Amino acid sequence: MLHTFVVYVEDKPGVLTRVASLFRRLNININSLTVGRSERAGLSRITLVCEASAEAGHRIRASLFKLENVVDVDDISQAPAVTRELALIKVAASPQTRAQIFDLVEVFRARIVDLTSESLMIEMTGVESKIEGLIEVLREDEGRILEICRSGKMTMRRGHHVSSVVKAMTVTPAGSADESAEAREKNVAGEAD
Amino acid sequence: MATNGNSQSSTAHLTTPTPLTGAEILWATLAGEGVTDVFGYPGGAILPVYDALRKFPIRHILVRHEQGAAHMADGYARASGRVGVAMATSGPGATNLVTGIATAMLDSIPMVCVTGNVPTRVLGTDAFQEVDITGVTLPITKHNFLVTRTEDVAATLRHAFQIARSGRPGPVLVDITKDAQQGSANFNFEAAKPRPYRPHPMLRVEDSGLDQAAELIRNAKRPVILAGHGVMESGAMEQVRTLAERAQIPVALTLLGLGGFPASHPLNLGMMGMHGEAWVNDAIQEADLLIACGMRFDDRVTGTPATYALKAKKIHIEVDPAEINKNVKVDVALVGDLAEVLEQLLPRIAGRDGAAWLKAIEASKGAVAVHDIKNLPDMGHLYAAHVMHDLWRMTGGDAVVVTDVGQHQMWEAQYFRHERPRTLITSGGLGTMGFALPAAIGAKIACPEKEVWVVAGDGGFQMTAAELATIVQEKIKINIALINNGYLGMVRQWQEFFYERNYEATPLVCPDFVKLAGAHGIAARAVHKRAEVAEAVAAARSAAGPYLIDFQVEKEDAVYPMIPAGSALHEMIRRPGKRVKDPLEETADE
Repeated sequence: MLHTFVVYVEDKPGVLTRVASLFRRLNININSLTVGRSERAGLSRITLVCEASAEAGHRIRASLFKLENVVDVDDISQAPAVTRELALIKVAASPQTRAQIFDLVEVFRARIVDLTSESLMIEMTGVESKIEGLIEVLREDEGRILEICRSGKMTMRRGHHVSSVVKAMTVTPAGSADESAEAREKNVAGEAD
Repeated sequence: MATNGNSQSSTAHLTTPTPLTGAEILWATLAGEGVTDVFGYPGGAILPVYDALRKFPIRHILVRHEQGAAHMADGYARASGRVGVAMATSGPGATNLVTGIATAMLDSIPMVCVTGNVPTRVLGTDAFQEVDITGVTLPITKHNFLVTRTEDVAATLRHAFQIARSGRPGPVLVDITKDAQQGSANFNFEAAKPRPYRPHPMLRVEDSGLDQAAELIRNAKRPVILAGHGVMESGAMEQVRTLAERAQIPVALTLLGLGGFPASHPLNLGMMGMHGEAWVNDAIQEADLLIACGMRFDDRVTGTPATYALKAKKIHIEVDPAEINKNVKVDVALVGDLAEVLEQLLPRIAGRDGAAWLKAIEASKGAVAVHDIKNLPDMGHLYAAHVMHDLWRMTGGDAVVVTDVGQHQMWEAQYFRHERPRTLITSGGLGTMGFALPAAIGAKIACPEKEVWVVAGDGGFQMTAAELATIVQEKIKINIALINNGYLGMVRQWQEFFYERNYEATPLVCPDFVKLAGAHGIAARAVHKRAEVAEAVAAARSAAGPYLIDFQVEKEDAVYPMIPAGSALHEMIRRPGKRVKDPLEETADE
């Protein structure tokens, strides 16, 4: 089955390698991976989708937690959630053929974000099937698609759910824990002087 | 465990008015963490650290190969429960640690490895002796760090010690660039303290689980406790014993669990698994309840999981949530520190009559004992099993035995009866040949008052035999029992059983080990007959310095019983009674 994990990690060099290496070690292919900033400074949020047996979910989550830089792990494979992907698609279009693309973009509720005399760029967000649908239609005219850039999935639980771990961290004064450790060191250094 | 940390000396003096170099901060932090001994080997990228050593009250043991340093730190940790520390330079020094780190990782041993690296400005340029050691060791460390700033040295090292000794312990590597060692910064031990340790968020010991476990125990007719390495890591010897005695449940031990429950205890079944005694494995296969305490259902313990203990409900008490349902599906999981969980469980456990089950197990021992080599006459041969048995008798079971990997390791586990925790030190998970000699050096330095014996085969011993020189230079009194059969014995045994006796690459031409010891100035003698065993062991024990005994044992003996890989626990190969040309044939019948 498809597993979806939301993982909060410390924003430090090498952390993504550690997460990816865990899946490599378990011989599990990562289908989709999206990493970006989170609501909290110093923490990155990963949405990771992989194919593994139903029982594997527990072990993956437990193993992720064992990584020193992992702060929280949420297995939302079964939970009601909103999932989105982003796609940028560059298509060849002359002033004569643009109108047809505009119609398509309208139907798919995408947007044109760049336009030249020879091509235009479509930006689209949505679920995977919707993006696939647009690409499929564009492909009907051979040679029209020049470039496709697609993100992995971004997923968030529905309802009033927040990471209890990250919430608990917010109780400490502003700045990441490391920054405060640094500040503490500076203070001490000041005292020593 | 939170309890197995090094005792921290007073930290009041650990603030300095003037800045220290990174190298000095490193030693001061180690001292603050209670480190008294470091095993290492110098080199260019760690020279600033070695230069600063003379200012600190820490003993450095110069090894002959960095693998030895890692195994020594490992043996030190296993013998004492304290964090072992190994040190090496960049590049080849660091990569030589790798086998030792993996050994510690597989057996959950708390260890901190410090490596030097090239200066930060040339990191990633393939500079001389540069290797990406944090990349290399990523999957075989609990965590690792690259330190490029002097002001991060103290905090990183302290964090490394916290990680190494907390939860399920493991090795941590700290790679420090040369410029970070040379730079200077203010040092304040207290300020470098890591954030409070966060236990694994998936630890779960709920009342419902405890009640369920108690009920399973109450209703069980044929229960068995499976005690593993976690018993010692958690310090749960008393709790396991109380559980066993109160509910009259027999205890089977994993290899790394030996010593966690006294061998002489009437409820002790002995070692389970591939080379476990037949009655132990039969009891597990017949059991209707298994209570797994700090063990992970390793494949050497279960045989084929699909055939493992099918009649039994299973309770798993384990500190690492990732181990739950990994190899064997369990009915009740109590995820937490073993001692703490058992403290919660014990009030729910009442006295139980286990007589019928214990009697049934006892009855199955008789048939097996006939096959036991211990009960066979030697007829002039020297069997490793006899050597182990005699060594156990003569040392009163008090010695710390450090074994290598192979046949002798299994014979030791079968015939040396361990009464106390940390008296058997062996590489279980990784099965690292060459482990014994260096690990024994570490064990002796951790516990100088203890009698330490190396038990090693002629193959594994030669992998790290260079550390004999370390023994001499550091004046370390350990005794070495070499089980010399001129073969890579365990591999030969597999060839005998499963590869039609095609002894490819297993016969071993060995040096004269007595002369080899002599070349190092180590007293030694060879033993060919059982009658000479006791005298040689006595001579070794009374010798002031290290002593090596070359036990030249039966060449083609095998470890019995044996469960072939991929078989069920009850499908074991027994010591043959009637096989032509078997050396035991003549001894048994004549």
